[in-house]
Amino acid sequence: MRTPPLRETVLFAGLAVVIAAVFAWLGAAYSVRMLTEAACYAIIALGLTIQWGYAGLFNVGLMGFVALAAFMTVLVSYPVNWTFWEGEGPMLLGQALLTLVIGVAITWGVSRSHRHGVPKWLRTLLTLVAAAITYLAVQGQLDPAATLIEREAGFVGGFGLPVWAGWVAGGLVAGLLGWAMGRITLGLRADYMAIATLGIAEIVKAFLKNADWLTRGTLTVSPLPWPVPTPQELGFVASRAAYLSVTAVIIVVLYVLLERAWHSPWGRMMRAIRDNEVSAAAMGKDINRRRLEMFVLGNFIIGIGGAALITFTTIFDPAAFAPLNHTFLVWVMVILGGAGNNLGTIFGALLVYVIWTMSEPIALAAFMLAEHWGDSFFGWDAPADLHTRALQMRVFVIGLTITLVLRFAPKGLLPEKVVRHE
Amino acid sequence: MTDAGLLSILPISEFVFFLNKVVIAGLIIGSIYALGAVGVTLIFGILRFAHFPHGDMMTAGAFFALILLWAFPGAGALVGLPTAFVLMPIAMAATAAMAIGLDRVFYRPMRMAGVKPVVMVMTSIGVMLMMQGLIRLFAGTGTRQLYVDTDSKDIYRIPLGGRDLVITEPQLLLFVTTIVAVVALHLFLTRSRMGKAMRAVSDNPDLARVSGISIDHVVRTTWLIAGALAAAGGTLLALDVTLKPDLSFNIILPIFAAAIVGGVGQPYGAIAGGLLVGFTETLAVFNWTVLLRPLKPLLPDFIEIPAKLAFVPTEYKIVVPFFILVAVLIWRPTGIFKGRLNT
Repeated sequence: MRTPPLRETVLFAGLAVVIAAVFAWLGAAYSVRMLTEAACYAIIALGLTIQWGYAGLFNVGLMGFVALAAFMTVLVSYPVNWTFWEGEGPMLLGQALLTLVIGVAITWGVSRSHRHGVPKWLRTLLTLVAAAITYLAVQGQLDPAATLIEREAGFVGGFGLPVWAGWVAGGLVAGLLGWAMGRITLGLRADYMAIATLGIAEIVKAFLKNADWLTRGTLTVSPLPWPVPTPQELGFVASRAAYLSVTAVIIVVLYVLLERAWHSPWGRMMRAIRDNEVSAAAMGKDINRRRLEMFVLGNFIIGIGGAALITFTTIFDPAAFAPLNHTFLVWVMVILGGAGNNLGTIFGALLVYVIWTMSEPIALAAFMLAEHWGDSFFGWDAPADLHTRALQMRVFVIGLTITLVLRFAPKGLLPEKVVRHE
Repeated sequence: MTDAGLLSILPISEFVFFLNKVVIAGLIIGSIYALGAVGVTLIFGILRFAHFPHGDMMTAGAFFALILLWAFPGAGALVGLPTAFVLMPIAMAATAAMAIGLDRVFYRPMRMAGVKPVVMVMTSIGVMLMMQGLIRLFAGTGTRQLYVDTDSKDIYRIPLGGRDLVITEPQLLLFVTTIVAVVALHLFLTRSRMGKAMRAVSDNPDLARVSGISIDHVVRTTWLIAGALAAAGGTLLALDVTLKPDLSFNIILPIFAAAIVGGVGQPYGAIAGGLLVGFTETLAVFNWTVLLRPLKPLLPDFIEIPAKLAFVPTEYKIVVPFFILVAVLIWRPTGIFKGRLNT
C-alpha cells in the first residue's frame, strides 16, 4: 500500500456508523444475529467474486449449491438416527446404490464402445438404452426403500460428526457438483450459462425438496447442531458472538489466501483469460480447464458459506431456498462492493445485508405512515394484507439497486485495482 | 364400453385418456411456451441478450387484461366470448407499450454505453425483480380468475366411444390464437419491409446498419411484437388456469429452454421448441399403466403391471425442461434449428 487507502477507510467507517446505529436501535442480540448472517453471506459472496470477478463466470445457480451444502451438513453432523440404522433401510439403500454403480459402469462402458468398432449411431442408441434401464432399475429399488424408511425411521438422519466436518463436506460436495456442472456449462456463452446454472440448481432443489427419506422434505430438520455453545448454554448475545467470531476467522483466512492467489502468477493468468480469452488461448493457456478450476473453487467457498448460514438458522428447510431473492442478494453484494476486489466484496456483503434486513422495518413503517395519511386525508381503506405486500418491496429494492449500480457505478464502490507489475 | 364387436376389444377409452392427458395438455402448455419463446428468441436475435423479465411481461399482460375486465365486464357478452379474451388486444397493446418503455428507461442507455451482453442480462434480472415486486405490491399474492359472471367456461365433450375427449373454450381460443400469431408472424417476417429488416439485423447487425436499416425502428418493433405475444400468452394461460403473481417464474425457465432448444434467434425454432418441451413434460409425467392395462389378458402372469409407471414423478415436472435443455446443449449446442448464436 503506497498511498493511504482513503476510500476504503471512509467506506468502512461509514459502515461502522450504520452498524452502530442498528445496535443502538434494535439491541445487541438482534444486531449480532444480523452481523453473523451478513458474515455468512460474505463468505458466499467471496465465492461468487472468484467466479465472476476473477473469471467472468455468470453463475445464477448459487442457491442450488447452498442447498446441497446445507444438506451435506445435516447429513454429516446431525445426530445419528438409530431407528434407521437398525432397520432394513441401510440394506435396501445399499442395494440401490450397488445397482446404480453397476448401471453407471455398464453405461460408461457402452458409451466407449465406438473404440472397438461399434458404429457411432449404434453406440449412442445402446448408451441411451443402458442409461434408461439403469434409471428404471434404480428407481424401482429406491421406491420401496424410501417408503420403508419414511414409515419406520422418518428419515436417514446424520452421522453425528462435528459441525466443522459438515461444513467442509458441504463445501466439497458443492465443489463436486460445480465440477459436473462446469463440464456441461463452461463452454457456453454467459446468457446460456445463466440459464443452465439456474436450471441445474432447480433440479438439485427439486430433489432435496421431494426426497423425504433423505432430507425429510418439507417437514424440515431442526435443531441443527452448532459449532459453538448454543444460546441455551451461553445466552443469545454471547453464543451468537462466538458464532460470529468463527465466521469472521473463516473470512479472514479466505481473504488472505485469495489476496495471495490474486497477486500470484495464477491470479494474473485468470485475469488474462477473463479480459482477453483469445490472446490467453494463444499464449497456450487451457482456458476451459482454468475456468473449471475457478468454478469448483468458487462453489466450494459458496458451499461453506451456505452451510454456515443454515447451521446458524438451526433449521434445514429445502423449500426455503428462494431462487431469486437470495441469489440476487449475493449478486448485488458482489457488484455493489466491486467484483474482483475481495475487500470490496466483504464490504458489499455487510452493507447490502444491513440494507436488506433493515428494509423490512423501514418499509413497514413507511407503509403504516402511508396508510395513516391515506386514511385521514382521503378516507382510503387500505387492503388487509398491506403488510405482507410491503415486504415485497424488498425484491423491488434489490432490482432497483442492481439496475442503478450497473448503470452508474458498474465497477462497484471499491473497484478492482488494476495491478501493474513492472 | 357398450359397443359390440371389434370396437369393444380396442382400448379406445384408454386411448382417449392418452389424448386428453398428453396430446391436448401438451398442445396447451406447448402453445403457451411457444408464444413466450418467440418473444424471447426475437429479443435474443436482435438485441443479443436473454430477457429474463419476459415471464413477468406475461404476468403483467394478464393483469392488464384483469384491469380491463373490471372496467368493462360486459364486453364479452356482446360477442359471446370470454370478456378477457375480447379485451386481450388492448392488453397486448398496453404490454407492448410497457415493453418499449422498459427498453427506453433501462436497456437503451446500456446499449448506448456499449456494455457487454452479460451486463445487459444482469440489468434484465434487475428489471425482473422490480416487476415482480411491483406486481405483488399492487396485486397481493392471492390467485384470481379471469372470468366475470357474464362469462361461462364452456367445456366441449366430444364422444369417441367410451371416454369423451374434453376440451375447454380457453384452450380452443389458445390454439386459434397461437396459429393466427404464428401465421401472422411468418407473413410479417417474410413479406413486410420491417420483417425483412429484422431478419437482416438478426443475421448481421453491422451489415444491416451500414445498409441503411434503422436499428432503432427494428428494436422498437421487436419489443412491440414480443410484448404483444407475451400478453397474449399470459392472458390465455390465466384464462385456462388462474392468474397469480408467480405465474411468471414457473414458466420462464421452460420458455428459455424452448427458445434454446429450438435454436436461439429462430422464431420457427421457438415454436417447435415450445411444443417439444410441452409434450415432453406431459409425456414424462404420464402414467403409462393406463395404456398397459388393456394388455393384461395378453401378458403372462408373472409380469405385473405396477400401479404407477411414469418416467418422472409429478413433483419433478419442473426439472424436465432442463434435462431436455442440457441434453440438447450437449448434443447440438446451437439448438435444433441451428441458432444464430453459439457458445
